Amino acid sequence: MKLTFSIYRYNPDVDNKPKMQDYSLEVAEGSDIMVLDALILLKEQDPTLAFRRSCREGVCGSDGLNMNGKNGLACITPLSDLTKKGGKIVIRPLPGLPVVRDLVVDMSQFYKQYERIKPYLITDGAQPPAGEFKQSPEERAKLDGLYECILCACCSTACPSFWWNPDKFVGPSGLLQAYRFLADSRDTATEERLADLDDAFSVFRCHGIMNCVSVCPKGLNPTKAIGHIKSMLLQRSV
Amino acid sequence: MVMQAATLGRNGVQDFILLRCSAIILALYAIFIVGFLALTPELTYQSWAGFFGHIGTKVFSFVALIAFLAHAWIGLWQVLTDYVKPAGMRGMLQFLLNVVILAYVGFGIFALWGV
Ligand code: SF4
Ligand code: SF4
Ligand code: FES
Repeated sequence: MKLTFSIYRYNPDVDNKPKMQDYSLEVAEGSDIMVLDALILLKEQDPTLAFRRSCREGVCGSDGLNMNGKNGLACITPLSDLTKKGGKIVIRPLPGLPVVRDLVVDMSQFYKQYERIKPYLITDGAQPPAGEFKQSPEERAKLDGLYECILCACCSTACPSFWWNPDKFVGPSGLLQAYRFLADSRDTATEERLADLDDAFSVFRCHGIMNCVSVCPKGLNPTKAIGHIKSMLLQRSV
Repeated sequence: MVMQAATLGRNGVQDFILLRCSAIILALYAIFIVGFLALTPELTYQSWAGFFGHIGTKVFSFVALIAFLAHAWIGLWQVLTDYVKPAGMRGMLQFLLNVVILAYVGFGIFALWGV
C-alpha cells in the first residue's frame, strides 16, 4: 500500500517561507504502523526532515503534532486513523507556536505558563516530612485525572484562547496543573494560587470550547479542571 | 496581574459573574417577549401599547437594557482583546462600540418612557 504524506517544511536558515512537501511511503498491506514510525522511515529517505521524539510510546510528550488537522502524539496515532478518508496524510507542527524547524516548535511560551502556576507543592515554609507525605486515599483520589499530564502541549495549541493570548491566558495544560496543586491536600498556598489567577485572562479566557478535551492523548479533561478553578474563584469572592 | 482598565468588572471573577447574570436576564427577557407574541392572538398597536404600558414590562425591559449594556460591554472587550492586537486601534474601536452600546441603551430607555 502506497501512502502519500504532505509534510510542513521550514528551515529558517535557507527558506524564505514554509512549504508543504510530498513524500510517499510503501507500507505492507494489512499492516498498521504509528505516524512516528512512518516519520522515521521518511527521515531515512530525507535526512533533512526534523521532528522531536523520545520515548516512542506516549509517555514523554515530545512528539505532539498536527495530523490531518488534529493534534496528537505521533507515536500513538496509528496511520489507519489518518487513512480512513483517503487522500494525503497532512502533517504539520503544533499550531500557534513559533516554528524552529520543520515539525519542531519553540515551546517557551507554553513552559512559561506552566512555570507561572508554580507546579510544585508549597507547604508554608514547613519542611515536608523526610519520609512519605501522607494523604488519605480520598485525598489522593482527587489528583486522579490531573497528575497524568505529560505536558505535550497538544491541548494548549488546539485552544483558540491560547492562540490569541498565549502570554496572558495560562492555557488548558497549565490550568490542569494549577488545579492539580489547588486540589492537593498537602499544599497550603491555595489562596495565593487563586489570587494569581483571578484576572480577566489567566483562567477566564477559557470559554469552554473543549478543543483541549477532544485532543488530549492521555484522555484528560482540562475543561473540567478549569470549571473547578472557576468555582473556587467564585466561592472566594462571594 | 494583567491590566484591564477597559473592561467593566474589577477582575475576571466580576466580569464572569456580570456576564453570566446578564445572560440569564436576557434569556428570560427573550422568553418573556416570545411568550407575549405567542399568547397574543392579534398583534395591533393597542396590544403592543398595552403590553409596554404595563409597569412590569417597563421595569423588566429596563433591567434587560442594563443587562445588555453589561453583556455587550464585557463581551466586545473580550472579542477585541482576542482579535485586535494594536492597542491604539483596539482602544479606538472599543470607544466607538461602547458609544454605540450606550446610544442603544439611551434609545431604549426613551422608547420605554414614551409609551
Ligand atoms: S492535558 Fe493532555 S494534551 Fe494537555 S499537555 Fe497534558 S497530556 Fe498533553
Ligand atoms: S475548553 Fe477552554 S482551555 Fe479548553 S480549548 Fe476551550 S477555551 Fe481552551
Ligand atoms: S515520543 Fe514520547 S510521547 Fe511520543
